[in-house]
Amino acid sequence: MQEETLSPPKPPEKKDRVVIRFAGDSGDGMQLAGSRFTESSAAFGNDLATFPDYPAEIRAPQGTLAGVSSFQVHIADWDILTHGDEADVLVAMNPAALKANLRDVVAGGLILVNEDSFDSRNLEKAGYDGNPLTDGSLASYHVMTAPMEKLTKIAVAETGVKGRSVLRSKNFFALGLISWMFNRPTDPIYEWIDKKFGTDTPVGQANLEAFRAGFNFGNTTEEFHHTYEILPAKLPSGTYTNITGNQALAWGLVAAAKSAGLTLFLGSYPITPATSILEEIARLKHFGVKTFQAEDEIAGVGVSLGAAFTGHLAVTTTSGPGVALKSETMSLALMTELPLILVDVQRAGPSTGLPTKVEQSDLMIALYGRHGEAPVPVLAPSSPSDAFAIAMEAARIALKYMTPVILLSDGYLANGAEPWRLPDFDDLPAISVSHATEPNGPEGVFYPYARDEVTGARPWAIPGTPGLEHRVGGLEKEALTGNVSYDPDNHEMMTAARAAKIAGIANDIPEVEVYGPDDAKLLVVSWGSTFGSVRAGVNNANRDGYPTAHVHIRYLNPFPRNLEEILARYSKVLVPEMNRGQLSAVLRAQYLTPTVSLSKVQGAPFMATEITKKIVELLEDQS
Amino acid sequence: MTVETRYTRADFQSGQEVKWCPGCGDYTILASVQNFLATLEMEREKHVFISGIGCSSRFPYYMNTYGMHSIHGRAPAIATGVALANPELTVWVITGDGDGLSIGGNHLIHALRRNVNLKILLFNNQIYGLTKGQYSPTSEPGKRTKTSPMGSLDYPFNPVSLALGAEATFVARTIDMDRNHTAEMLQAAYEHHGTAFIEIYQNCNVFNDKAFQLLTGRSERDENRIFLEDGKPIIFGPDNEMGVVVGVDGAKIVRVEDVGIDAIQIHDSSRPNPGVAFALSRLSHGPHGPTPLGIFRRIQRDTYGDLMVSQIEAAQERNKATSITDLVQQHGTWTVE
Repeated sequence: MQEETLSPPKPPEKKDRVVIRFAGDSGDGMQLAGSRFTESSAAFGNDLATFPDYPAEIRAPQGTLAGVSSFQVHIADWDILTHGDEADVLVAMNPAALKANLRDVVAGGLILVNEDSFDSRNLEKAGYDGNPLTDGSLASYHVMTAPMEKLTKIAVAETGVKGRSVLRSKNFFALGLISWMFNRPTDPIYEWIDKKFGTDTPVGQANLEAFRAGFNFGNTTEEFHHTYEILPAKLPSGTYTNITGNQALAWGLVAAAKSAGLTLFLGSYPITPATSILEEIARLKHFGVKTFQAEDEIAGVGVSLGAAFTGHLAVTTTSGPGVALKSETMSLALMTELPLILVDVQRAGPSTGLPTKVEQSDLMIALYGRHGEAPVPVLAPSSPSDAFAIAMEAARIALKYMTPVILLSDGYLANGAEPWRLPDFDDLPAISVSHATEPNGPEGVFYPYARDEVTGARPWAIPGTPGLEHRVGGLEKEALTGNVSYDPDNHEMMTAARAAKIAGIANDIPEVEVYGPDDAKLLVVSWGSTFGSVRAGVNNANRDGYPTAHVHIRYLNPFPRNLEEILARYSKVLVPEMNRGQLSAVLRAQYLTPTVSLSKVQGAPFMATEITKKIVELLEDQS
Repeated sequence: MTVETRYTRADFQSGQEVKWCPGCGDYTILASVQNFLATLEMEREKHVFISGIGCSSRFPYYMNTYGMHSIHGRAPAIATGVALANPELTVWVITGDGDGLSIGGNHLIHALRRNVNLKILLFNNQIYGLTKGQYSPTSEPGKRTKTSPMGSLDYPFNPVSLALGAEATFVARTIDMDRNHTAEMLQAAYEHHGTAFIEIYQNCNVFNDKAFQLLTGRSERDENRIFLEDGKPIIFGPDNEMGVVVGVDGAKIVRVEDVGIDAIQIHDSSRPNPGVAFALSRLSHGPHGPTPLGIFRRIQRDTYGDLMVSQIEAAQERNKATSITDLVQQHGTWTVE
């Protein structure tokens, strides 16, 4: 790798944190630029959180607002909780990107613009009457322009890249400029380009040259005299990797299968934003995992149920519409009492909704969206890296209690990244599983529906085991024998037994911990991906003199056993959710707690300030 | 000399009371399957029966093997999971014309094209029995039922044509009342490595009685059963006076004396091209005239399960780093002191 000898002319300004948003047309490579910047910041040792945001259309009309794709990264020298409420720096590759993202830029923020794209045609497509670069409308921001397209063309002229491909490298120009401005190490970028394209290929050369051109442009141009430095974060010591929620979830499932000594079987059907779990596990065949891309969502869960019956750790992954389609099979898994994990990476609904945007609106379908009396355990990770632990926990519960389990992730966790301090992988919790091998009844009879006295689970006898031949199915089962039974008392008893088994899991999960001061009058209760912004919002409130407590729930069914008692301690309970108040309604129904819902369904995560504002409002209100 | 077999039919009876209507063709098929399994060396615990919903789908409850009575239409998907999880098992799918061709049509065609190692027995009675007599996707056009009082508007599927069109590697047809022929088809399906599809004409004596009268009636059957036997000319009739020729317009029935025996099609189920098999399947669209019975197509193609295993083995050969630590290391890490 060539030694980077260029250095900024003035000492960099030290900052403890910065939020940068890369925005452009969905074909401009902004996700790539953002994720490369993230990786070099991770390598540098910053704490970080990211928020990729992209349109549902792969290529919406070029230059339009609908086609704007963005990637926000928050880097800091301290432990951060969110991807940042507002952007300090916006990189706008075209007028539409500027227009769509301007409202999220902090007043006085830096806007770096690709000036070549601000021609009348692009301005018109973005719906601008005039040119914001010249009409004074951006006066409250610090605007810097660079002829990114022109300079990229010059930079790549010798590489052999031709025609329309030339401008493909302009994202690397932008990345180079931002990397210079924030004193990012360049080696990770060079290494990545080499690994991905090879530095001896035209495309690799072009990207490298464009990156260097951007970096040098910052260094040599008067206008860009100012650079910033964000020191490495003082994170707890340990080994870290940068991970997204879907990756962590995939690895957690693989780890769970290893822990349990079972083969992992994933039956799935591509659906945004869950697909990358299937993709990740499909490339791990050397772990002995089996993946199956089914003909539809129903078959995805169907093959998994078949694999569960046959003794594998079976999983299906999907998002909202797929949850609806898999509902009938989840009921069968529940009736046959087989272990099965359904991962729902939630997105904004109903129907196709906003398929690439985040929402938490599948809580009710997870809890109640099956026919009949059909309770299942429901778990939700609180951060991208927590998805690893929660996947293992979902597997532990499914296998120990012989039940389908729903794991509720969401699009924000799925694609968002954070540094993950690695646990000791040799010391992961053991998951003990035993397949039945001997008859459990008198005279060599096998009772497939005999229950464990503690867990209520039935034995898992898998096909191929001599002497334990038995039938399972959707018809109501007679206790013990599992034979078909239409007896009314038996149905009531079995319904209660299935419910008691799930309710009993409360004794086998950790209690929730209350965060915050003892004198708090208000409790904030959150679940899922809102953890970071809610915790940051609670911190702000406490800092501003509004004593507030926070409980974050990872187990949504059954709830942790101390939750009811904690709720009763507070006169006010605020429940922020990216839905219309689903957890809030469940808490009211289950505990008669007069909760206050803070709802947001804009396809975007909460900002910490929104949480703080509501806390203050509730605490100021003495009524 | 008879060989001492390992099992008797009783070994495959579950002891659950069989609850089909008296006289139902399902009893005959159940007996045929139980008798057939008793002739095999294969251990009982290695048979798995997966069914959907419908009269025929109660079948697994009556078999003393592993089994699952699952969801309407979904048996091929669930059975696929069983077969891929353990290739040592013999996985049977029990389905019907409603279950397999209506609500479950999608899973059926995809199982067939993938060539998962499944034995699919589709009991075709051309009616919905469990819900008491509505037309099915194999009912004849114009069929009057409670949901089609003026006659059904649906054009029916020909299950054999459908399976051939779905890239099936083994396609056969038999009829409940002919237990010897059923046993022969079961044996061939059992021996086939891949998805084997057998359409079994099954009489519903309550809601669609005598639907297969032309193939079972003492006075009609000889004129209407066309048995397909490999290597033999396709001839039928009380005196084998009728035959089948195949040309550019498909298959047609002729009098043997009109064309000469040499012009009659010699059956060969192993043809790589499914064209002739398809032509034969078009000789009748439902048993309303002379109808072929037997194996239409039987070819070898890699099974999905074998391919899956070989991919895993190849991946394990290439990459021996299989701890989670390895996975994370490859992803890239950094250390904070």
